[in-house]
This record gives sequence, C-alpha cells and structure tokens, in this order.
Amino acid sequence: MTQQPLVKISDLHVLFKGQKNVCAVNGLSLNLLPGQVLGILGESGSGKSVTLKALLRLLPAHKTEIRGLIEVLGRNVMSLNAADLASFRGGIASMIFQDPMLALDPVYTIGDQIAEVVTRHHGLKRRDAMAYALDMLKKVRIPSPERRLKAYPHEISGGMRQRAMIALALAGNPKLLLADEPTTALDASVQMQILLLLRELQKESGMGMIFVTHDIGVAVEICDVVAVMYAGQIVETGTIRDIVKDPKHPYTKGLLAANLHGAERGKRLETIPGSPPLLESAPTSCSFAPRCAYTQAVCRLKAPEAVTISKNITVRCILETNMNS
Amino acid sequence: MIEQKTIPLDEYTRSPSYWAIVLRRFSRDKVAMFALAIIILLFLVAVFAPYIAPADPLKGSMLRRLRPIGTPGLPLGADELGRDMLSRLIYGARLSLFMGITPVAIAFVIGSSIGIAAGYLGGLFNSLTMRTNDIFYAFPSVLLAIALSGALGAGVTSGLLSLTIVFIPPIARVAESVTTQVRKLDYVEAAKASGANNFTIIRVHVLGNVLGPIFVYSTSLISVSMILAAGLSFLGLGVKPPEPEWGLMLNTLRNAIYVQPWLAALPGVMIFMTSIAFNLVSDGLRSAMDIKS
Repeated sequence: MTQQPLVKISDLHVLFKGQKNVCAVNGLSLNLLPGQVLGILGESGSGKSVTLKALLRLLPAHKTEIRGLIEVLGRNVMSLNAADLASFRGGIASMIFQDPMLALDPVYTIGDQIAEVVTRHHGLKRRDAMAYALDMLKKVRIPSPERRLKAYPHEISGGMRQRAMIALALAGNPKLLLADEPTTALDASVQMQILLLLRELQKESGMGMIFVTHDIGVAVEICDVVAVMYAGQIVETGTIRDIVKDPKHPYTKGLLAANLHGAERGKRLETIPGSPPLLESAPTSCSFAPRCAYTQAVCRLKAPEAVTISKNITVRCILETNMNS
Repeated sequence: MIEQKTIPLDEYTRSPSYWAIVLRRFSRDKVAMFALAIIILLFLVAVFAPYIAPADPLKGSMLRRLRPIGTPGLPLGADELGRDMLSRLIYGARLSLFMGITPVAIAFVIGSSIGIAAGYLGGLFNSLTMRTNDIFYAFPSVLLAIALSGALGAGVTSGLLSLTIVFIPPIARVAESVTTQVRKLDYVEAAKASGANNFTIIRVHVLGNVLGPIFVYSTSLISVSMILAAGLSFLGLGVKPPEPEWGLMLNTLRNAIYVQPWLAALPGVMIFMTSIAFNLVSDGLRSAMDIKS
C-alpha cells in the first residue's frame, strides 16, 4: 500500500546569493506521510529553518536560488501562482515561529489577528470570524479565552503567546504544520505543555507536522520520524526509536553523546570537536569529514551516497556504504 | 490549582484599544496638555477671529502709526500703517496656522506613501526613489523653499506648494526607514506564512506599525513649516500684503524695531509660542505612543 505523501522534497538546493554565497541546503530529500510528525534535528546553521521557509516559499526570490522539487499533496509549490500561493499558505501549510513575541503583531489584539486569518481562509464576516477565533483559543486551551481575545501580545505571558501563535497557524485548518523551534524561546515547564498541546492537536486533526529543533529531548517527545541535518544535508533518517537506540552516522552519535545524562561531576562534557563548515560553496566531499573520528581518505574525495539500511533507516556515510557492499 | 470563576462574557472589561491607551497616557503629560491647550486656543481664536477681533485688521490710520503697546483703545498698539495690532495678530493666526499645518498634512500623505512603498518593495525601486529623495537633501530646506516659491511666484498657493515639496523628502525618509525595519520582522513573515498578500500586509501590518512614528515626526515638522512660511512671507514670497500673517508682519515691522521694539517683536513671539507648542505636543505624543516602556 503506497500512500500519497503529504510532502515530497527531492534533491532540494538552496543557495543564498550575495557578497558571499551560502549554500544553505545541498541536495535534501524527504518524504512526509499524512498524520506523521517529522523532526528535523540539527545545530544552528544546518539549514533546518531554510528548508521550512523554502516549503512555504518564504525566502526572498531575488536573493535565493532554489533548485529541486517541493511537492505538497502532489502540487508543485515552486510553480504556484500568487493566488494559489496565498490559499496554500495558511490553508494547506502553516507555520509556527520560534519567538511568539516577534511573530505576533504588537498593535493588534490576539483576536483581531486570528480573525484576520479566519476571514482570509473561510470567508467569514468579522463577527463570525471573532467567534471562530474564540473557538481557536479554546482549542489551544488558553485560560479565560474571552479575555485573551481582546488582549495585546505584550499583555499575555510567553506560553500563552505561543498558544495564540498556534491558534493563528491552525486557524486556516492546514494539512501540514511547520514548527520552527516553537519551544526554544520558552522556559522548560512551558515547553512541555506546548509540546503536549501540539501533539494532541496533531492527533486530533490528523495533520502532518514538520518539527524543527536542535534539542533531541524535544524531538523524542513529539516526533515519529527524525531526520538529522548537517551542513544542508540529511545525514540520517529513521524512526525516533531507532535513532536514539542505535545511531549510525558519526554525527548523530556525537549529537546523542553531547548531553547531560550520565555526565559526571567535574568531568568535561562530551562535544563534537570543531565547528560546522561555512558552506560558501556546495560540498563535494563528506561535510562532516573534518570533524569525524572515523574519517578515511575516501571521505575527503567524494560525497557519500545515501544508503538505505532497513525499511526506515537511511544513512549518508561511507562506513555504511562499505558495510553494505 | 487556583479555582477559576466563570465570568459572563459581557462582564469582561474590554482591554482598551491602542489609541485609548495613548490618549490616557498623553492626558497625564502636563507639559504636553498645556501646549495642546495653547494650540486649541489658537485654533479657536483663528476660527472665531471676526467675533474676537476688536477692529478691522486691514483698516489703517495715518494718525495712529506705531502706537506703543497699552495705548487706550489699542491694547497691543498699532503697526506702521496704524492698523490695530491685536486684530492683526488674531486674524494672522488663520493664515499662519494654515501655512503651518497644510503643507505638512499633504506631505504626510505623499511622503509616507512613497516611503512605505520604497521600504516595502525594496530593491531597485527603493534605490531609485530614495536616491531621488536624497537630491532634495542637498539643499538646505530654507533655500529649497525660497528657490521653489521664487520660481513659482509669490502667493499663498505657491508658498503652500513649495513647502509641501520641502517636507516630502524627510517624511519619506522616515517612512522608508521604519517600514524597512518592520518588513524584516517575524510578524510580517508570519502573516505571509498564513496567506496574506502584499496588499493585506501593507494595509494591516505595515501601516499599523509605521503610521504612529511617521505621524509623530510629521507633527514636529509643523513648527518648522510655520517658521519657514513666516520666512517666505518675510522675504515677500509667501503671503502678499496687506493680508495679516505673522511672518509678513514681522517683515513690515522690522523698520520700526528702533522706534517700537516690543511692538515689532510681537509677531515673532506668536510664531515662537505656536511652534514651541507644536513641538511639545509632538514630544508628548511620542512618549505616549511608546506603550511598552
């Protein structure tokens, strides 16, 4: 049984042009099935957010060069016209941002902002749109929603702001929710609440979700499948179980080792030596080779192919290539 | 967990709108309120000039030329043609306020449209408009106003037009810079991500956040405009005699400065008071609109 994928990205390249070129994404391919939650895991600058923005075509057209195929529900996102794009954004795919304080307009009330999206996507009158907005606020479990409807973003707490942001993103009934580190700006206790809420809302509506984070602990809570990104490429894909239990790629191993669990007092924490590449040109060899403990001569010569190990696991590393051949 | 009371919907106190908050904060600012009172007073005086003025501002008399302040029947004296100074000052408020506010108001509309468009669209359009704008900066504003109204000829309309042209570039510049800032913010991107088109984003998110600062800046230009208008009239370019206007009055009375210095200074005092009142109101408005502080 093959389901039509909700999102299909194949061989995506994103290049930022400027005084210095930046190859932010280099040949990224991924599939997302409806109702699935995919986590994109990686450190800053690995191209996670850029991938999300490319999915909604939010990158400035004149400064970026995008190659590759992006399909959502079988439609090519890159070739949508202005009107289709407007109904696609918010109606089919929607996005939650990292810092809700910045992502909500300070001069309008929460209700006004949600109602604006509602009128756009459901064609409701203002009064009905406000009632809809109130329902949305109830759905994201904001305490005393009637009052929050008329509050400005600076009048409510960070957690509530992120809830309002989620309500805003879901107001158009999207099939796909893109979450760009939605819990990073929140404190730990609120983080968990928001994660649970997202998971619950996702289950309720059956939408697909791509969840970008650099926190593996967050990914464990919410994701079904994880893609680990490094230097604009996915280096390892697999179910969250497999990745946490048995990471294949040296980078994933490093990421998992770099946590506080089992760390002893007075001992140095484990880190991955070195820093990510600058990506001024597209990588021709394995991007992780300079930092990798298992580097071989071959790693510096050519880029490793993605190898499918089992049904769900794909790894881009020479070690796995050798093992399978 | 704290027990939550359910309050019926209409009992919720609606949190006041942005402008209601601004108004409340503004009304607490004593200096700004005082300045506002002066401006309102001036407006009332200008509107009801025919009822307030004790005499005809145009009717002169050779017999009472340059009477000092406090002469019986002439509370503020008489000018070089024997016209009642008080009445002329009262009537003068009409043209002076008009020349102060109208050019700024027109320039506000045009300048902020240009600036917002340039700031939002960016790229080549921005470069073209803003560099053209910069050309106007090469001239000091007084010089530009004089050159323009000199070329257009004397008269209220040409004075108005040249002042408007003088004020468009600075307003456009401020509008451009605030728009550029707002355009890069997350909420504009969030609006895009939720399907808003450019028009909606400009109308709702850009205008809502940008108009305030531009408005405050523009109110501070009113005093400049008044002084420039007075300057134009002083040079014989703006308003033509015998029309009462403070700048023009200052000009025609300048020969009397050795004979009746206090009398000759009166129009200047009015210009000074009005422009400082506008400046104070604009200052108060700025701090009142900075809600998050």
